[in-house]
Amino acid sequence: MVTLTGRAGIWLVVLFLAILAIAAAADTGFAVHMTIVALAAAIGLFVTLSKTDYAAIARGALKGPDHSRYDDDPIRWGVIATVFWGMAGFAAGLFIALQLAYPVLNLGTEYTTFGRLRPLHTSAVIFAFGGNALIATSFYVVQRTCRARLAFPGLARFVFWGYQLFIVLAATGYLLGITQGKEYAEPEWYVDLWLTIVWVAYLAVFVGTLVKRTEPHIYVANWFYLSFILTVAMLHLVNNVNLPISLVGAHSVAVWAGVQGALIQWWYGHNAVGFFLTAGFLAMMYYFVPKQAERPVYSYRLSIIHFWALIFLYIWAGPHHLHYTALPDWAQTLGMVFSVMLWMPSWGGMINGLMTLNGAWDKIRTDPIIRMFVMSLAFYGMSTFEGPMMSVKSVNALSHYTDWTIGHVHSGALGWNGMVTFATLYYLVPRLWQRERLYSLRMVNWHFWLATTGIVFYAASMWVAGITQGLMWREYGADGYLVNSFAETVAALHPMYLLRAFGGLLYLTGAVVMTVNVWKTIAGSPLRIEAPMTDTPYDAAQDRPLVPAAVPAE
Amino acid sequence: MADKRLDQATGIETVGHEWDGIEELNTPLPRWWLYTFYATIVFAIGYVVVYPAVPLAHSGTPGLWKWSSRGALAAETAGAEQARAKTLAAIAALPIEELPGKPELMQAAIAGGKAAFRVNCVQCHGSGAAGSKGYPNLNDDDWLWGGDLKAIETTITHGIRYPGDDTTRQSLMPSFGHDGILPPGQVEDVASYVRSLSGRVAPGSAAALRGAGIFAANCAVCHGPDGKGGRQVGAPNLADAIWLYGGNQADVVASVTNAHAGVMPAWGQRLDAVTIKMLATYVHSLGGGEKFAPGQGAAPAADATAPAAAQ
Repeated sequence: MVTLTGRAGIWLVVLFLAILAIAAAADTGFAVHMTIVALAAAIGLFVTLSKTDYAAIARGALKGPDHSRYDDDPIRWGVIATVFWGMAGFAAGLFIALQLAYPVLNLGTEYTTFGRLRPLHTSAVIFAFGGNALIATSFYVVQRTCRARLAFPGLARFVFWGYQLFIVLAATGYLLGITQGKEYAEPEWYVDLWLTIVWVAYLAVFVGTLVKRTEPHIYVANWFYLSFILTVAMLHLVNNVNLPISLVGAHSVAVWAGVQGALIQWWYGHNAVGFFLTAGFLAMMYYFVPKQAERPVYSYRLSIIHFWALIFLYIWAGPHHLHYTALPDWAQTLGMVFSVMLWMPSWGGMINGLMTLNGAWDKIRTDPIIRMFVMSLAFYGMSTFEGPMMSVKSVNALSHYTDWTIGHVHSGALGWNGMVTFATLYYLVPRLWQRERLYSLRMVNWHFWLATTGIVFYAASMWVAGITQGLMWREYGADGYLVNSFAETVAALHPMYLLRAFGGLLYLTGAVVMTVNVWKTIAGSPLRIEAPMTDTPYDAAQDRPLVPAAVPAE
Repeated sequence: MADKRLDQATGIETVGHEWDGIEELNTPLPRWWLYTFYATIVFAIGYVVVYPAVPLAHSGTPGLWKWSSRGALAAETAGAEQARAKTLAAIAALPIEELPGKPELMQAAIAGGKAAFRVNCVQCHGSGAAGSKGYPNLNDDDWLWGGDLKAIETTITHGIRYPGDDTTRQSLMPSFGHDGILPPGQVEDVASYVRSLSGRVAPGSAAALRGAGIFAANCAVCHGPDGKGGRQVGAPNLADAIWLYGGNQADVVASVTNAHAGVMPAWGQRLDAVTIKMLATYVHSLGGGEKFAPGQGAAPAADATAPAAAQ
């Protein structure tokens, strides 16, 4: 009863404070955001009161969780959220790709301009799609590799719902024009503070579970997850040091200014790639690839060396985003050489993933999920070679500010992050909902080919566009004058923009196929009648924690 | 828990740990991986030695090669300037009227003007110099203020109706409708007459006939009795098919009601004389450039006060 009144009380206080903030708001955007917070608190209050088993409270016998099973509820929600935000993010991406080809699609309102929809797309795919995938899989993996239930179940649920609120506040803020103007760190100060609270809770749940593990050692996937959670916390805190203009207003002023601000922004931005999109997703790879392939990880030594090399080197590579700017030459040099040294540590993850298939290479032919994992690792390897190459100053002189960068990012994001997440979702869904297998494996295969073809169109068109752009910008005539005006370089890219949008359409179509497949599997539809491609066995008896008392002293 | 076993498929021993069924092989680091990693480290050390790299109290180490991005830019810029210096000096020394007599210099001037145009002029006139509504097309032979080299140079140097230049091209057409000089019906009539000059309205129509007298009384002073314009005040030729602000009835009525007064910056305040001279040759070369005619030149400042059409 105490917990019930306590929780209802907290929701009421939040609701009350949010209403006060709406009344006192200095600008419309802040009022809208506080309305969203008030709505969230009202929903929380309603759920708290309506879902309570009053009879059980009266009897004094609350039904506790089943400690013989893993705590998978937040993971199930996370899987659904990942699919949902993925669809939203991919659709937004296709729309802004079409806006670049046909500016009329800006629709003449400030809410639908490219400038506001572009951060909506990037945040939706990186933080909403990728972030939910990372949180859900980290909860899944840490429980199973530690053979322990989540440390703080209530906090884990707070992490999930708190993170969704962060996403909604960030996304609506972009449309309303509320932004710090820092790439990938657009949310304003109060949303940043909220994310900090959620993230600390996330860290507590993850570390707490590691601490109560029943395995003697911490599995490599958990090293990567932990480095991702810790480093993202540090990056987030340092890059978002802003002074609010008003405590009830949406806007703030950055403390870091000038070239220092730029350096900190790209230290943040690059390590968001490094620790969110690389380390975090490598953690996923290190659990789900060996599980799906049913093979041991290729090399324990390689995993240690490449892990420490990766996290040590990545953190210094940010200045390569500021080549040929006001940043001092020495900092540019260091950004470049650390990026070059990062090549092999990055590839360590690809080698460990691909070579884990030693002895099971036939699965690429028979198992579309393994095929997706392999393709994701191939794109990971390609973009982690391309990255160091583009950080070399003479290459960067051509590629910087061009669409080549966009192509590079998307071969990583669509190829590596997207594919590894899709494959992981396909692994998780039948297990989390206790289904015999996915609704359709043939549809996984369709998704694989749609996505792969889409990425090829996307990356290839952006390479051509970027190099065309770079060469046209620097083209001098015989008389020593620039040959092209900027508008001419834009016009030259139009066919490439169409091909890029077509690639995005294919990728989105693949994701629609996945959504149907996941939906049907969760809903328990009868399995699609189709020729089988493969079937990975699942041992339900193994999928549970060890009771600590059963572990013999070593 | 260490439970090492030999993996059958690869013949390699496992490390002996197991997590949720996942084992790890004790495969040594791939040699090619390790040596490539070492090679990148050696490259990094070498690069740090020859290029600016290590931050010290006030600045970074300069590196063995003493390279700096500012230095490289300065050297490249100086090289490019030196390569052009002789030609630019020759162009600067020659009055613009004499440039056509030196085809080589003229070609160089047009190339330089083209580059400057792409940086400074395309924003309004378009990358093909075709203009748009309110921004004149520079490819045709219809000139508001004169189309010979000297006239174009003057226009670029001093701009049009540019507040910061005393000798800017200046004129102002009255807002005949807005200021009540002509009632709306007469504005309609004079617009019909104006459009009849280029055959858009049948010359014998009632409205055009009514408008003819209004035109003669109010417009002919700047646009000329035949409506062919007057360059002294930048009054457009109304008898051709070229319309800066649109040529249908509604557009012309709008122009007569609320006169337009387009502005172009005085580039003399922002660009050097040689660049402007080259810009003039480029614009002149686009297709509509006129030869010098006796008595033609820059519009005298004395005309600045004359009321004039800006269409």
